[in-house]
Amino acid sequence: MTAKRIVAAKRDHHLSDLSFLLVQALNGLASASSLFIIAAGLTIVFGVTRIVNFAHGSFYMLGAYFGVTLIPRLLDVSSSFPMFLAGVLAAALGVGLIGVAMELVLLRRIYKVPELFQLLATFGVVLAVQDLVLKIWGPLDILGPRAPGLRGAVDILGHRFPSYELFLIAMGPLVLGALWLLMHKTRFGVLVRAATQDREMVGALGVNQALLFTGALFLGAALAGLGGALQTPKLAANPHMDISVIAEAFVVTVVGGMGSVPGAFLAALLIAELQAFGILIFPKITLVLVFLLMALVLVVRPWGLMGRPEAGQARVVLPEGIVRLQRFGRAEHVAVAAAGVILLALPLVGDAYAIKVAIEVLAFALAAFSLNFLIGVGGIVSFGHAAYFGLGAYAAGLMVTRLGLPMEPALIAAPVIAGLGAALFGFFVVRLTGIYLAMLTLAFAQIVYAVAFQWVEVTGGDNGVVGVWPSRWAGGRTTYYYLALVVVAAAVVLLRRGIYAPFGYTLRAARDSAVRADAIGIDVRTHRWLAFTIAGAAAGLAGGLFAFSKGSIDPTLISIPMSVDFLVMTLLGGVQTVVGPLVGAAAFHSIRDLLMPLTDYWRLLLGLAIIAIVLAFPRGIVGGALLLRSRLGWDDAVARARARTPA
Amino acid sequence: MSLLAAEGLDKSFGGVVAARNVTFAVEAGKLLAIIGPNGAGKSTIFNMVGGQLRPDAGRVMLAGHDITGLAPRRIWRLGVGRTFQVAQTFVSMTVAENVQMALISRHGRTRAWWPDASGLYREEAIALLDRVGMSANAERPSSELAYGDVKRVELAVALAGAPKLLLMDEPTAGMAPKERAQLMELVHGIARERGLGVLFTEHDMDAVFAHADDIIVLVRGEIIAAGRPDEVRANARVREVYLGGSGGADGGPARTSATAG
Ligand SMILES: Nc1ncnc2c1ncn2[C@@H]1O[C@H](COP(=O)(O)OP(=O)(O)OP(=O)(O)O)[C@@H](O)[C@H]1O
Ligand SMILES: [Mg+2]
Repeated sequence: MTAKRIVAAKRDHHLSDLSFLLVQALNGLASASSLFIIAAGLTIVFGVTRIVNFAHGSFYMLGAYFGVTLIPRLLDVSSSFPMFLAGVLAAALGVGLIGVAMELVLLRRIYKVPELFQLLATFGVVLAVQDLVLKIWGPLDILGPRAPGLRGAVDILGHRFPSYELFLIAMGPLVLGALWLLMHKTRFGVLVRAATQDREMVGALGVNQALLFTGALFLGAALAGLGGALQTPKLAANPHMDISVIAEAFVVTVVGGMGSVPGAFLAALLIAELQAFGILIFPKITLVLVFLLMALVLVVRPWGLMGRPEAGQARVVLPEGIVRLQRFGRAEHVAVAAAGVILLALPLVGDAYAIKVAIEVLAFALAAFSLNFLIGVGGIVSFGHAAYFGLGAYAAGLMVTRLGLPMEPALIAAPVIAGLGAALFGFFVVRLTGIYLAMLTLAFAQIVYAVAFQWVEVTGGDNGVVGVWPSRWAGGRTTYYYLALVVVAAAVVLLRRGIYAPFGYTLRAARDSAVRADAIGIDVRTHRWLAFTIAGAAAGLAGGLFAFSKGSIDPTLISIPMSVDFLVMTLLGGVQTVVGPLVGAAAFHSIRDLLMPLTDYWRLLLGLAIIAIVLAFPRGIVGGALLLRSRLGWDDAVARARARTPA
Repeated sequence: MSLLAAEGLDKSFGGVVAARNVTFAVEAGKLLAIIGPNGAGKSTIFNMVGGQLRPDAGRVMLAGHDITGLAPRRIWRLGVGRTFQVAQTFVSMTVAENVQMALISRHGRTRAWWPDASGLYREEAIALLDRVGMSANAERPSSELAYGDVKRVELAVALAGAPKLLLMDEPTAGMAPKERAQLMELVHGIARERGLGVLFTEHDMDAVFAHADDIIVLVRGEIIAAGRPDEVRANARVREVYLGGSGGADGGPARTSATAG
């Protein structure tokens, strides 16, 4: 957060300058405090509800905006430190109430749904809040007033150190102490701890349960709001602060142990100091360092420094994904043939713009299909699939622009490089399950993102690289469309083959019961690892195709929102179906393309749509259609099967 | 040389001793029962033999080879099939596909990208299901089965590996008494016909005394008695644990109708 100032300071100081190191450590402590306050809220909410709340970043952002709105008004009344503090607390309180609203309206309905849906629903809130914030406060950064009485600096061994930072340093332990009292001396706190330690406990609470969950959300959101409001004098409120902070808060929460407040404190210290000193030694890879730490902890000790391993569930539940493999009947063959005709004829009827959109749909369709190869078949809920899409895009783009190679080898390199990346990351990913797996995929995606973002000389940093054009023969839009169509169709057919083949069955077996699979000789990890690698390679191929259609690459291709887009496509089409993700990608991207130019509220709409899907339409388009068909009795395959088997 | 020999197995979880110096042997063609109250450490022993848990000390020998601490999938390849106390099946697959999956694995074709798995080793799977009386249900989703039927599917899956040794952790838990007798009859028959060694545990004493060739009695991780059924029945300490002491006043073997723990 203080990166620029630190880099500037670094120029004038030598690493062996002890007093400088001390100041640097103090800077780290100040960031640690902020980070801790925010992450404590996230970890408490997770402990009680077992939901990883993406919207925690939105709470933080709202805290900052409430702060910059309220604090100046209060300081107008009387410019004093207590007034400043009152403003900060009011902002925190306001955000706490928003947390309560979110619990009552949304979270309450999704405690029992699969993790994938929970993560997506809370991400829907993130998107909605982003647009609302833009609407209310506008796109410009808003810096808050400085705190009366803490505007100056103190002298520390010859260095000027802002007094406000000292105040922040004190806030961390203060909040930790307050939380400790709350957790140990109040009934609410005792219940929070009990719920965190023993999931079954929560069920036994009966009526209290609803109150406990609402209370946890209030506390968690208020802490995020507090963190946001406290930042306002040094960091301007801006509409992008939610995503950046949530990534950091995830790291702290995971490293400390999900659900552990003292763990969050320790982890915040560790990470803030790692950043403060890391920037001196490896200025280029600070972001990478942080996510590497998270990845390391997840691999070695997934329950974190101070968390405890969660006992596995003995319960056998139907997995969220492809349960019954539908074989193509007459209706499906007709549908596929019709889709084929439409796709082949599209350049004849559509204009250049339609073809461009269609090419993008093709690339996304392959990416989403490969994602559901992991989720629907393997039960591997990757929250960072954009990493491999992006790796493919960058591999192809950089080969063409930096090495001057033509498109053909670049399109071969895309899946190869992405597959290698997926093999490397997947080696660790497949050792985990559930929410920890999702977090690790996210961390790896953020590492790739960070590299693309920070390694400016090669990747072009934030701006990316332009001039990623296809070879001359494929340069025409229509030709490139047909090329993409052939490549995507071949990849999809091949992947689909795998789903119906012994390999796909083995993946499903490992997903359904890893214990049983192991006990019949299946090497669960290796198969999951192969699947991860193959899906990564397919996503990379999609990324390569996309790069050439767009003519450029940039880090948004690897960003969290991109990963979420793929998840939404998959979900919209239906995670329980094989072809659903293809339909989902087409529907999602065309709707986005239609609506985006018409509205300033695309993200709001998207966010609400995600929530609506999770709450009302979890089977997606294709899953819903199949359900409808069997309800109407048109399902000849099922009907025949029923007739054959005694009920 | 015994088919299976456990030598001095120890295992504890934190402070809880689940197995202490457990030594026993299973001969080919014979049924050995482990009995003992809830929490005695029976499942822990199964898991140490099956590879799901690594013993803190001691050795597990299969036909003279040390298999201690090997992964379950390797132990399976060496000829050990098992069922679990809480039945583990592939809930997204049909009954037949569950067995086919095991056969695919046995034939080393889990990585194959061709052909459709639904038709692979189908006859073999149906034959195995027939052996456990489940072939009529071959096409049903395994998630729809009654619990007793799930246990039978699990047995067919275990048999698909052509095992020399069968581990069955409470094979009849959750079944009606009549069904239990039938299943134990079935297991006994299969063991005889194929010369399998069987290690099983049961809370149903009727099943144990009717079918076991030998019995070991486990209490708090320790073997307190071992021998033929009549010897164990006559053992004073066993009578104390099962009939007296801890308050079983009904006179019959404790927990005859126990449910799964
Ligand atoms: N993974 C584990 N972690 C901690 N303790 C365990 C674990 N597995 C078993 N235990 C403990 O070890 C002891 C033996 O358990 P085990 O499941 O082997 O008993 P059991 O004889 O199979 O009981 P039951 O008849 O109820 O199935 C118990 O006290 C149990 O709580
Ligand atoms: Mg047991």
